[in-house]
Parts: sequence; structure tokens; C-alpha cells
Amino acid sequence: MLGAMEVVSPTAPPRGARGLHRFANPGRFLRLAGRALPWVSAIGLVLVALGLVWGLFFAPADWQQGDAVRIMYVHVPAAWLASAGYMALACASAVALVWRHPLADLAAVEIAPVGAGFTAICLVTGSLWGKPMWGAFWVWDARLTSVLVLFFLYLGHIALTRAFDSPERGYRAGAILALVGVVNLPIIKFSVDWWNTLHQPASITLTGAPTMYVGMLWPLLFTALGASFIFAALVLARLSAAVMERRIRALLAARAEGT
Amino acid sequence: MKRKHRRLAILLACGLGLGSAAALTLFAFRDNLVFFVTPSDLASRGHAGETLRLGGLVAAGSIRHATIDGQPAVRFRVTDGRSSVNVSYIGVLPDLFREGQGVVTLGTLAPDGGFVASEVLAKHDETYMPKDVVEALKKSGRWQPDAGPPPPAATWNSLPATRNGG
Repeated sequence: MLGAMEVVSPTAPPRGARGLHRFANPGRFLRLAGRALPWVSAIGLVLVALGLVWGLFFAPADWQQGDAVRIMYVHVPAAWLASAGYMALACASAVALVWRHPLADLAAVEIAPVGAGFTAICLVTGSLWGKPMWGAFWVWDARLTSVLVLFFLYLGHIALTRAFDSPERGYRAGAILALVGVVNLPIIKFSVDWWNTLHQPASITLTGAPTMYVGMLWPLLFTALGASFIFAALVLARLSAAVMERRIRALLAARAEGT
Repeated sequence: MKRKHRRLAILLACGLGLGSAAALTLFAFRDNLVFFVTPSDLASRGHAGETLRLGGLVAAGSIRHATIDGQPAVRFRVTDGRSSVNVSYIGVLPDLFREGQGVVTLGTLAPDGGFVASEVLAKHDETYMPKDVVEALKKSGRWQPDAGPPPPAATWNSLPATRNGG
């Protein structure tokens, strides 16, 4: 098994490891992740619970959309994290390709299913929101289509990384796919500004004031922040499991060779 | 040059190439990427019998309910501020349909310049506002929903709102 020797080697960082490389050491990652995971999960769950109760039961309804607007408190965080998760996947892939770090390969493999899950939530809730408001579950406008492409990119990454006998080749192919797919991220973000779409433009932007009532904005920010922590917790848990799985495989392989 | 630096340079070069290719492709297909055309587009290059999506705002005071062949029908004008098109539609309208609202209609352009729609979708804008706030703005005369887009949120964020609008 390729890469097994690095994994069974002592977990102390190589001498001279400086800067960010210190955090990329699998042993150190396992210790840090183990310590952070309960906190990250708890903060995520508490924030999401607060935001959902606030948004679903106390926040004002929209004057046009009525109570249907409350789908927003699930849909918008899922949509933001679908894109942010893909950015994380692309960063991990770039680090894996350029600096050849084994932890980055594993991170990319473990981020993809979580991102695909959030994208699926975004698509399903958006569809359920579209029917009562627009009058259609689905239209092929630029925003909806580009998010569907994002979902397929995630699924393609999941399939591609598992399609080779040698995991290293799967990681390499997956990383290239992930980086090519980055082109889609600005298309998703700016689709509603560049072209006529049925989907409305962003209410919350970095450059301008939000066009949303403050009593609806706060619960949305709570669920969005909470969902980000939950995304991170899922990735940390999956990545820890993957590192441990790899170690066990390497130990078993070493034992099989020894007997 | 170290090997990882060379890999980084190759990656950046590929990214630049791919990004430019994507930008050029999107620019070349920009007319096909729109979900609907506006009344101005239709006036400049539409021709009768063409099936397309027409989008814009429902002009204030233009909605007329009627009966065509015993079925409930509606006529309204879709405008983008510069030109407008008369639309007729037989069927159920979405809940958000009103004067001043954005709509996207699928249909064919008639020889008389009117538009016969077979599907009407409502397009809502990016403003989220509670009912109480809208009532307060209407009462104080600061905004009429069928007249145009709402004022910036900073001017109405301090107005009180209840859960479902009292």
C-alpha cells in the first residue's frame, strides 16, 4: 500500500516542520480534532437549535410569502455551505496536488460527501419553496442549473476517488476534478446578477446593506453560523475516522507481511 | 525552482487557462443563458409565432380578469420600464401574482404583438419585509408596493413587527 510507511512512522512532526505544516501532521491532527470535536458539535447544535426555534416560531412572516419564507432558515445556510464546502474541497485538493500532503487527500475525500449532503438539502428545500412561491418546483434558470452542476461535481468527486484500485490515483483524479469545478463557484454566485433568472439576487452581500428585516436576519445568521460548525464537526469526525482507518490498515498490512 | 513550486506554477497556469476559457464560453453564450427576455428585447428582435419566456413587472392598473371559452382568464401588461407587452393567460395564477410584481411567462408571440402565455411564474425580489412594516410604510406614504421597489432596509428596520402581522 502506497503511503503506508508515512502513516506508521512516528507521529511526531518531522524536524524542521514550521508554519502551517505543523497542523498537517496526522498524529497532531488526531489529538487536536479529538479535543475540538465535542465543542464544535455542541456549538453548532446549540446555534442551529436557537436559530431554528427563533426563525420558525418567533420571527415575523414575510408580507408576500407568509410562513413559507421560513424555509429560508434551512435553505440559505445549506446553499452557503454547499459553495463554501466546495471551496474547502478545492483548497484541500490544491494542497494535495502541490504539496503532496496525505492529510489533504483524505480531507478532500471526506469533505465531498458532507458537501453533497448540504447541496442536496439546498436543492430539496429550494424546490419545496419554489412551488408555492414561483409556481414551479424546478426551472432551468442559471442559478438552479449551476447548483445542480455543483451537486453533480460533488457526486463525481465521490465516485472518482473510489474508482481506482490504487487510492493514490483516485485522490489525484479527484483533486483535478475538484479544481476544474471551481469555475462553477463564481457562476453560482453571480448567475443572478449576470443573467435574467427566476431566482432573486442575493439579499445579503458583502458590499451592501442587507435587504431583509433585521428580525428575520438574526435567526438566519444563527442557523448559518451553526450549520457551518456542524459542517466542520462532520468533516472533523469523518477525517479522524479516515486517519485511524488508514493507520489500522497499515498496521494490519505490516502484521500480514511479518507472519 | 523546487518541484513543488513547479507544480504550483503549473496549477496556476491551468487555472488561468481554464478560467479564461470558461469566461469566453459564457460570454459567447450569454444570449442563451438568460431564463427570459424583457419586453425591450422582444420589441427589438422578437418575431410572431416564436415560443419564449417573457419576464418583467406586471404594470400597475393593467390586470383585467375575463372569461375566454368559459374558462377564467386574465390579461395584463408586462413592462420593463421602457416598453411593455400585453399578455393573455388562461389558468391558475401563482399566489404572489399582483400589480408591480415580477413575473416570468412562457408563451408565444401573436401577430398583433400580444403575448399568449401558457404558464405564469411569479418572481419575488430580494427584499424580505414583515406585514406590519409594509402597512406602516403604506400608511405613512413612504412606499406603495405596486409603484416600485421598496426603500432601503435601513429606513424600516426599526419599525416593530409581530409574528404574523397584526
